Amino acid sequence: MEQSIIAFFEKSLVMKNVLIDAVLETLTMSLISTFLATLIGFALAIVLIMTDKNGISPNRYTYKILDVTINMLRSFPFIILIIVLFPVTKFLVGKHTGTFAMIVPLTIGTAPFIARMIEGAFKEVDRSVIEAAKSFGTSKFQIIYRVLLPEAFPSIISAITLSLIIIVGFSAMAGTVGGGGLGAVAMNYGYYRFDALYIFWTVFILIVLVQIFQSMGDILYKILKH
Amino acid sequence: MIDIKHLSKSYNDQKVLDDISVHINAGEIFAIVGHSGAGKSTLLRCINGLEGFSAGEVVVLDQEVKTLNERGLGVLRSQIGMIFQNFSLLNQKNVYENIALPMKVWGYSKEAIQKRVDELLKLVGLEAKKFVYPKELSGGQKQRVAIARALTLNPKILLSDEATSALDPNTTKSILELLKEINQNLGVTIIIVTHEMEVVKRVASRALLLENGKVIGLGRIEDLFLRPNEKMMRFLGEDEELPTEGVNIRLFFPSTVSYQPIVTQMARELNINFNIVWGKLEKLNDHVVGSLVINIDEQTSCKITDYLHEKTEVIWEVL
Repeated sequence: MEQSIIAFFEKSLVMKNVLIDAVLETLTMSLISTFLATLIGFALAIVLIMTDKNGISPNRYTYKILDVTINMLRSFPFIILIIVLFPVTKFLVGKHTGTFAMIVPLTIGTAPFIARMIEGAFKEVDRSVIEAAKSFGTSKFQIIYRVLLPEAFPSIISAITLSLIIIVGFSAMAGTVGGGGLGAVAMNYGYYRFDALYIFWTVFILIVLVQIFQSMGDILYKILKH
Repeated sequence: MIDIKHLSKSYNDQKVLDDISVHINAGEIFAIVGHSGAGKSTLLRCINGLEGFSAGEVVVLDQEVKTLNERGLGVLRSQIGMIFQNFSLLNQKNVYENIALPMKVWGYSKEAIQKRVDELLKLVGLEAKKFVYPKELSGGQKQRVAIARALTLNPKILLSDEATSALDPNTTKSILELLKEINQNLGVTIIIVTHEMEVVKRVASRALLLENGKVIGLGRIEDLFLRPNEKMMRFLGEDEELPTEGVNIRLFFPSTVSYQPIVTQMARELNINFNIVWGKLEKLNDHVVGSLVINIDEQTSCKITDYLHEKTEVIWEVL
């Protein structure tokens, strides 16, 4: 028993460098993708909430086109999306494998999801607050940044937290089709070389990462929410 | 101040407002009364252009609301404050920021905003709550903040959409007192939409009654409440039970005579006994007014009517 524990740690120590690199890669991929996807998702959400039939400047066609596009992108299984996007990735990054290349499908794959989440956060804002803002002559643009944005901000933070966690999961998936990070380690060392210990550590690290992100998100929400 | 002519509005072929004409004078407290779904909130929103309409005219502060572009409507709205049933405060902003919002929107300087917000906090009695967030306030306090916010830009008109409906009777009273004070001291014309008769009686000078989008009564509240027409009676849910024999005479006591002992005096002077069969007293706008129905046999009825006609200021009618 004692020997096997010692063996476990000795073996794990050998993996250390591979795992640390993988964690850094995963973090790079996830954080940059989340940032970019949030920017795109945020812009889309604003267009959605404005052009919605109950929005501040309804436009059926714009809303419908965006709505269908977002639903289409969201119905792709992520792993298929990565493969479909290979040419786009190659065009943007110069190659379709590696940590940085994966940022492209991760961003494109999750931006529609973030857009929906942020749209939901905006929709939660009490309609009568918007009406009140209109009642003292607030312009459309000001309604967005003086009313919708501050009121929805804590929920938007929650949405970003959730998206970050999903992106961490997706980035691990990306590792199996040429991406880097923990997914690639689990695949190459764990699955192809039948080394269960690699699988154990990658999963363990992912659990810790997700916990940390979720707790940080929760704390931030509590500070921001009045 | 506000001139509404033949205003109509329909949603999917259903008439929400049907040929409404009313003039609201500067400086008055005007009530729009009706049961839920009568169209009263819609009518109120036509005044500041939050709702459009299909036919008619709405002229507010000498401007036809329908012809205004977005910018013009914004400027008009800055002269009209509005408060709501559920207060409509920004939960993520504290009291100060909520009251400051309209001035921020209109680009006032920070100093001007601070000065004005402090004045308003004093007016609504919430100086101690300046940096508190709405969730820590009671309903009445929230409505006070909303009132302060509605007054930030010095409006000439204040629209109140069921502002007291979510409040308990005592809080309602204090909010109404505040509105009255604002009306008297600042000269703001106030239009109140409500389904609560108590609110109308307490503050309004005139009222418009709406039923299914149609006007069923318009006038001074003394007249509306004391001499209600058939529709108004149905609206108030009143039905008098009067004797079928003899003559019923209804007496109205305007506020000028409501404290005089007219009924007993009349009985003593004429030496006639009569039956009091129905009656009520109402406190309207700080005045007590009343109505009474008496029943007598036919022979003596003319004595009573003569007496009422010659010796008193009481308004009466034979039913």
